[in-house]
Amino acid sequence: MSLATLDAATLYGLMGAVLVGIGLYGIVLHDVFIRRLLAFNLLGGGVFILFGVIARRGAGAGFPGDPVPQALVITGVVVAFCATALAITLIERLAAKDEASDGDDHS
Amino acid sequence: MTAALMATTPGGLLLVLAVVVPVIGILALWLVRARDIEWVAIATLAVNLFLSLATLQAVRASDAPLVYLVGGWLPPLGLALRVDGIAAVLMAMTGAIVAVTALYARGQFGFDPQGPERRRPMVFWTMLLAITGALNLIFAGEDLFNLYVALELLTFAAVPLVSLDGSRDTLEAALRYLVFALAGSVLYLLGVAVIYGAYGTLDLVVLSEIRGAEGALLLAIALMTAGLIAKTALFPLHLWLPPAHAGAPAAASAILSALVVKGSFFLILRLWFDLLPPGLGTIGANGLGLLGAGAVIVGSVLALRQARLKLLVAYSTVAQIGYLFLIFPLATGSEAASPFASLAWTGGVLQLLAHAFAKAAMFMAAGLVYEAIGHDRIDGFRGLGRLAPITVLTMTLAGLSLMGLPPSGGFSAKWLMLSASLGEGAWWWAVVILAGGLLAAGYVFRILMPAFSTPDAPAERLHPVALTRELAALSLAVIAILIGFLPLSPWPLLAIGRLIQVSP
Repeated sequence: MSLATLDAATLYGLMGAVLVGIGLYGIVLHDVFIRRLLAFNLLGGGVFILFGVIARRGAGAGFPGDPVPQALVITGVVVAFCATALAITLIERLAAKDEASDGDDHS
Repeated sequence: MTAALMATTPGGLLLVLAVVVPVIGILALWLVRARDIEWVAIATLAVNLFLSLATLQAVRASDAPLVYLVGGWLPPLGLALRVDGIAAVLMAMTGAIVAVTALYARGQFGFDPQGPERRRPMVFWTMLLAITGALNLIFAGEDLFNLYVALELLTFAAVPLVSLDGSRDTLEAALRYLVFALAGSVLYLLGVAVIYGAYGTLDLVVLSEIRGAEGALLLAIALMTAGLIAKTALFPLHLWLPPAHAGAPAAASAILSALVVKGSFFLILRLWFDLLPPGLGTIGANGLGLLGAGAVIVGSVLALRQARLKLLVAYSTVAQIGYLFLIFPLATGSEAASPFASLAWTGGVLQLLAHAFAKAAMFMAAGLVYEAIGHDRIDGFRGLGRLAPITVLTMTLAGLSLMGLPPSGGFSAKWLMLSASLGEGAWWWAVVILAGGLLAAGYVFRILMPAFSTPDAPAERLHPVALTRELAALSLAVIAILIGFLPLSPWPLLAIGRLIQVSP
C-alpha cells in the first residue's frame, strides 16, 4: 500500500492505535506510579484521537465532522484531567511520606 | 416498540431524584456546621432509601421499567434514564446498605471537636454520598457514555475512601486501585468509541434493535469487558483489591466490597445480555466462567491463609465475585425461553444481593472486633464470643451466608446455580460451586472456632462499642439470612423490562 492511499482519517486512526499500544505497554509493565500515570495519559490520548477519526468519518449534512464524538472527547478530557490530578495528589502524598521516613532513618 | 419503550413513564421523575438527591446532599454538607454534617448525610441517605424503595415498588406495580427522557429529547438525540427489574432491586439494595452503613459510621466519623483530623469526616460523608449517586446513575443509565461518566464518578469517590487514614500502605493501595481503575475505564471508553463508530448511537435500547457490523460489536464488548473486569477485580486482575479493601476504615471497606465492585459488574451484565446477540458470545461466556471459577478457588485458598481478619474478608470478596461470573455460561446455556427466566439468572442476582449484605456485615463486624480488642489477628480471637456476643453473632450469620449453608441468601444463590449447572449437564461448574463452599466453610470456621472457645485467662475489653453500631452490622447479616427465604425459582421481577434480543 503506497502512502498516497492513506487518507487523513486512516493516518490518524493508526496514530491513535500506536498511542493506545504504547500506553497499554507502559501501564502494564512499568512499576513506578508516575510512569504508569503518564502511560495512562498516552493511552487516553490515543482513544481521544480515535474519537476524532470517528467524528471525521461520520461527517454528514455539510459539516466537516460529526459533533457528537467531539462533545464526548471534551468530557473525556475533563475526566482524564481529574483522574490525573487525583493520582498526582496521591503520588505527592506518598513521596512526602517516603521522605519523612528516610529522614527518620538517617537521624 | 421503540416508541412504546421510550416515553417518560409515570414515576420516571423518581430516577432523576435518585441521581440528584445525593448531589444536593453533598452541596448541603458544605453549608452546615461541622457537627451537623453527619446528620445532613444521614437524612440524605434516608431520602435516598425511600426513593429507591419507591422505584422498586413502581416497577413491581407497573410490571414495566421506569423511563425518564431528560429534557424530553428522544434517544439517540437525547439521554434516557431507565430502570428495569434487576436495576430497581440493586438500587434498593444500595439504598439499604448505604443507609445502615451511615448509622454504623456515625460512631467513627462523628463530630469530634478534639479530633486530630478535622477533614476526615467531611471526606468520608462526601464520598459516601457521591458513591450513592454514582451507583444510582449506573443502575439507571441508558447511554454508554453517560455510564462511562458514572463509572468514573464511582472510581473517584471510592479511591479517597481507601486512603482515608493517610498511612503509607493505604496511599499505595489507593494508587494501585486508581491505576487499575483508570486503565479499566480507558478500555471501556475505547469500546464506546468503536460502538459509536459502527452504529452512530450509544443508547442501549436503540443499539439492541440494530443488527449488523457484529465484528465491531464483538471487539467493543471484548474491550469494555476487559476494562470492567479490572474494575470488578475478577481473577487474575484482583491484585489491587485485598490491600485496598483491607486498609480502608471498616465502614468504607463495607461499601467498597459490598457495592462498588458490583457497579462495574452490573455494566458487564448489561453489555452481555442486552447488546450481544444470542449465540455470539458462547466462547466468551465460558471464558468469563473459567475466570470466575479461578477466582472462587484462588480467592478462597488465599483467604484461608490470611492471619488478619480484614485481609481474610477481603480475599473472600475475590472468591465471592467469582461466583457472579458463573452467570454468563449458565444463563446463556440454559434452555429457558430467555436467559432472564433461567435459574442461573435469579441465582446470580441472589448471590450479588446476599454477598453485598453479608460482606458489609462482615467488614463492619471486623471493625468492631478491632475496636473491642485492639487488633484483628485471628489467633488472638480466643474468648471473643464472651466479650462481644452481638458482633460474633453477626460474623456467624454473615459467615453462614458466605459459605452457603441453609437457610441463607448464599445457600439459595448457590442452590439455584447448582441446579442450573446440573440441569444443563455442565457438571464442572457444580464442582467449582461445591469446592468454593467447602473452602468458604474453612475460612469462616477459622474465625469462629477461636471466637467461640474459652480463653485461658479472661480477656479484657479495651473499648466499649456503641450498641447501635453492633445492631447496625447485625441487621445487615439478618437480611442476608432472610434473603434465603425467598422462593427458590426464577424471580419474575428480575425479568421485567429486560431487552429481549431479536434474532437476526
